[in-house]
Amino acid sequence: MRDEPTADEILAAVAAYLRAPASDPERAAFEDRVAAGAVELARRDLSLGLAAEAAELDRLHALLGPGSLDALNTELGARLRSGALELASPGVREHLWATTLDKLAIDQPRYPTYRAVLTEREASPPEES
Amino acid sequence: MSALERLAPRLAPGDVTVANLKRLSAGASQELWRFELVSEAGEVTPVIIRRAPGGARQSAITVGLEAEAAIMRVAADSDVPVPRIRHVFEPADGLGRGFVMDVVEGETLGHRIATSPALAEARTRLAHECGAALARIHALPLDRLPPLKAATPAELVAVWEASYRASGRVRPVFELAFHWLETNLPPPRAPVLLHGDFRNGNLMVGPDGLRAVLDWELAHLGDPAEEFGWICVPSWRFGQLDMPVGGFGSREDMIAGYEAAGGGVVDRAALQWWDIFGVIRWGIMCAGMPAAFRGADPSVERAVIARRASETEIDLLRLLETA
Repeated sequence: MRDEPTADEILAAVAAYLRAPASDPERAAFEDRVAAGAVELARRDLSLGLAAEAAELDRLHALLGPGSLDALNTELGARLRSGALELASPGVREHLWATTLDKLAIDQPRYPTYRAVLTEREASPPEES
Repeated sequence: MSALERLAPRLAPGDVTVANLKRLSAGASQELWRFELVSEAGEVTPVIIRRAPGGARQSAITVGLEAEAAIMRVAADSDVPVPRIRHVFEPADGLGRGFVMDVVEGETLGHRIATSPALAEARTRLAHECGAALARIHALPLDRLPPLKAATPAELVAVWEASYRASGRVRPVFELAFHWLETNLPPPRAPVLLHGDFRNGNLMVGPDGLRAVLDWELAHLGDPAEEFGWICVPSWRFGQLDMPVGGFGSREDMIAGYEAAGGGVVDRAALQWWDIFGVIRWGIMCAGMPAAFRGADPSVERAVIARRASETEIDLLRLLETA
């Protein structure tokens, strides 16, 4: 499930900044870079987010049965918190990794741990359980 | 005559005047100002003011500026590298709550500390020096310190889980991590003073190594291993994934520095719990930012940091795979 603030909120914040940019040049240079990164994040969210959430919902249906993304995430959360489901339970590890990697592809595709995991998976793909 | 000019004679001997007052940052919890004391002979001494925003507001989670200054004075007596405190504001000063300390020059930006060629030599011993500084901090006599909050591992988990629940969003990876933290709680230990936020940004580093430990506002009492976990959170390695300590050093060097400075033998096996706790703590801080973004701080920077919560989910998954 995509995190918040939403792409729409992020773009609104960038627009507000562009109308009233920082006056100090050093500060402005920094905030301009932050704004450019935010626009890129919003673009990835808009181009990848719906497909990622559809795949997430399919996996949750397979794990837990019918329901909405919100309701099934809450259900999954409760079962993980209580220990009724764990990483080794059928489908859980695959679901959590797939969901997390999809989130990183949107939020921070250059995050070093994400890059390292992708490289490891290219070298030895995880087995299906 | 300004309040600061009236205060100047108490900050340095002789007939001292104030020059070049400049605001350095407008942090949410603290204001930082820099100015110069100029002696009759023209000698210039730069100093820093750390002050509550608007002079008065203080966050409930921080120790308070007076306590911060008191802890730094005790720390200085035990050879912890800290800026010297020159004066703690009194009501009669008319400057609000805060204190004046010496300037320590150097680098605090994490990515420069982790990658700058000018600091390559310093990086070879920085983790060791951080370990030594932590050992001295953890040995500070509690009876000389102001009253500070203490928490057992179980209480820490409860406090941070409540903060996560308040964000109103379910994160299955956090739920998995909370279950693991709760079922693998380390036994409570005799509490020691913890800096509470010992990581890049709060470490002043020069080519000669660690020069000062800054920002004591999150000091509290607890298990020493909490600090090892916090500085090893992957979020502040700046691309240097194989350098767990702040992107500049190895865990083993930090522990060697700790043990050599009298910190006692570190139980390596106990560190994993604190690594996972450190990552989820940062994750919960990020997860709480959408509320701040929709309230007091609707900045682009705040929005982007809020979307860093997912980086802690991938780090947690990786840690939990081997836990």
